[in-house]
Amino acid sequence: MFDQLSDRLQATLSDVRSRGKLSEDDVDAAMREIRLALLEADVNFKVVKSFTKGLKERCLGEEVLGSLDPGQQVVKIVNEELAELMGGAGRELAYASGGPTVILMAGLQGSGKTTACAKLARFLRENGKRDVALAACDVYRPAAVDQLVTVGGRVGAHVYEKGTDADPVEIAAWALEEAKRERRDALIVDTAGRLHIDQELMEELARIRKRVRPHDVLLVVDAMTGQDAVGVAESFAETAEFDGVVMTKLDGDARGGAALSVRAVTGKPILFASTGEKLEAFDRFHPDRMASRILGMGDVLSLIEKAESQIDEQQAIDLEQKLRRNQFTLEDMLQQMRQVRKMGPLSGILGMLPGMGAMKQLKNVDVDEGQLDRVEAIILSMTPEERANPALIKGSRRKRIANGSGTRPQQVNQLVKQFDQMRKMMRHMASGKNPDPQQLAQMVGGAPRPKFKRR
Amino acid sequence: MATTWQEMLNLGSRESANSATSEPEEQRRGVFRRLRESLSKSRKALAEELSASFFDRIDEETWERLEEALILADAGAPTTAKVVERLEQEVEAGSVGADGEAVQARLIEILAEVASTGRAPIDLSGEPAVLLMVGVNGTGKTTTIGKVAWHLSREFGLSVVLAAADTYRAAAAEQLEKWAERAGAELVRGQEGTDPGAVAFDAIEAARARGADVVIVDTAGRLHTQGNLMDELAKVRRVIAKQMPGAPHETLLSIDATTGQNGLRQAQLFAEAAEIDGVVLTKLDGTAKGGIVLAIADELGIPVKLIGTGEQLEDLRPFDPTDFANALLAP
Repeated sequence: MFDQLSDRLQATLSDVRSRGKLSEDDVDAAMREIRLALLEADVNFKVVKSFTKGLKERCLGEEVLGSLDPGQQVVKIVNEELAELMGGAGRELAYASGGPTVILMAGLQGSGKTTACAKLARFLRENGKRDVALAACDVYRPAAVDQLVTVGGRVGAHVYEKGTDADPVEIAAWALEEAKRERRDALIVDTAGRLHIDQELMEELARIRKRVRPHDVLLVVDAMTGQDAVGVAESFAETAEFDGVVMTKLDGDARGGAALSVRAVTGKPILFASTGEKLEAFDRFHPDRMASRILGMGDVLSLIEKAESQIDEQQAIDLEQKLRRNQFTLEDMLQQMRQVRKMGPLSGILGMLPGMGAMKQLKNVDVDEGQLDRVEAIILSMTPEERANPALIKGSRRKRIANGSGTRPQQVNQLVKQFDQMRKMMRHMASGKNPDPQQLAQMVGGAPRPKFKRR
Repeated sequence: MATTWQEMLNLGSRESANSATSEPEEQRRGVFRRLRESLSKSRKALAEELSASFFDRIDEETWERLEEALILADAGAPTTAKVVERLEQEVEAGSVGADGEAVQARLIEILAEVASTGRAPIDLSGEPAVLLMVGVNGTGKTTTIGKVAWHLSREFGLSVVLAAADTYRAAAAEQLEKWAERAGAELVRGQEGTDPGAVAFDAIEAARARGADVVIVDTAGRLHTQGNLMDELAKVRRVIAKQMPGAPHETLLSIDATTGQNGLRQAQLFAEAAEIDGVVLTKLDGTAKGGIVLAIADELGIPVKLIGTGEQLEDLRPFDPTDFANALLAP
């Protein structure tokens, strides 16, 4: 797996620092890693090829050569270039000046159009379009109309339907007339899933487009799509002239390289991301976040920025020394905890760590901030000696600390145990190994889901 | 010769009783015609494209282009590297002649070999046989079930009961009901939102009471990352096993041919939750090659058993490794 492109690049380029100069071979090695990571993320082969070509030139330039940490620098450049390729800031839907805003939805079978229609209807209603209607033009898939009627009802959208015997083009045209007459704010046209090589159905889509003259045509793309995404998008761009993309099933663990490929090949922006079973799991798309997701590297940069602004550098150096010599005490833990908490809620910070996104155990952890308050209280009820040497804490001391912090002796005991574990883990990390995610999860106080093995 | 339905199904004691009714002549001709057409298409393409572009000269560029073709078919970097390396070594060692035709033939062999990992027929020997269908949303579970039911009843004369255990998605039971009508199968359903295990339980009971041959259980699509829904799937399996020890006899995972590298994770996590016996590769009628099943067979040992090639009832075929290998490299 290529979860930690960042780590792998660091490893590939680690000896560059000692040599002080980046050679073309180094850059080639880095490009190989990047190429593999992007392919693993399902970015189209041809896109990868041209992308790494441009990237290589930039990496051979000044900013990397002169940098102290070329690995990190290369990661940063890759991230920037990916975000750039994905298209800077997202664009808004084109709203009608008078009459209903018409949006036509198209895509392959099973990409999630019907659900996306309902979610988009809900999104529009939340964003100022009070009266949104849906048109049921999928007359081919059994029970597709029933499905749209049901989900439409759930989001409070009126559904125009004529069963499955009418012609989809006529249904769409009729729905638009009705929507105008009934002064709806927006009309979303659901269409049947179709293969991009099915000429007959693609022509039908083009006819629907001509009849209802949508303000926006959206292509619905499954985030799990592989190399074929490009061919599909090109065909739909030709016949349906879509204006933007809705990425669905982004709540899974697919890297979503298809998003990048579609954008790179057609130049059409990704407007929305659909991220769950619930009808409210739908939002605007953020290209920069997607870049990090494709690389599997988390939001390292904002984490670094946050840390820099909050953490006292001298203290950090002292702490590092202590960690290396394994002299970390409860007092240090308290200081550390306070500093980290200044950066914001813990769950948010964990999400920014590279590689953490892939650790299932951590994804399901609910960080209990109250638990952290209790830990603080317990440590504050200890004497300096106890903080330095928790092994001292036995029967009567334990009771006193529990009383002082308003907790129970078992909780004091638990903290001491956890601290021991943590010290062990830090020794582990100081020797350059990765932490055991299970242990990490326990440390932050959540309930891990141990069933899943990590690949 | 391509894999036949008879080879792909283990009908147990029903084998002899039903062989007479299997594949009526006209039907068979239809199947063969389509097969021939698609084969000649991919063979022709192969002859033209492969020998011309890949193996004219055998040099560094040959291997690179071969890699490119496999990656573009979604076979994934590790499996691609393995296959190409093996072929390259064999050519260098001289065990495969360095002429285009021999290399091409050997490549198809290697790919077919990888695709054959763990190959076994679909177990329908139980009485009734219980088949559980699982997969991610939109991969074609319900459609596949409709086609399987049609094949079993039309070509093998088996009576089929469908269990609408997708009680989550709006109108899922209605969709299955329409397929049941087309396939001449019986449908057992519960209210929307009822426990899917209970629907499966009732369906097996109904099948027993009526002496039906096969029960096919449809389940709600779910992302493999949704822990609670995967737990639910494991529970459905337990409920089925309680109703009938040894069941489900066959659990099939539907994988959409357009799926990229995430398919490997899907197969892995579904196998952990539901003990997958095989894969149904759907939507092969598009331009996607479905190469991810090569990686699934190679890394997880889970074989493809059926392929879906369209929206009609007859558009379902037993998986044939050699045909698949050929198609994988066709442009």
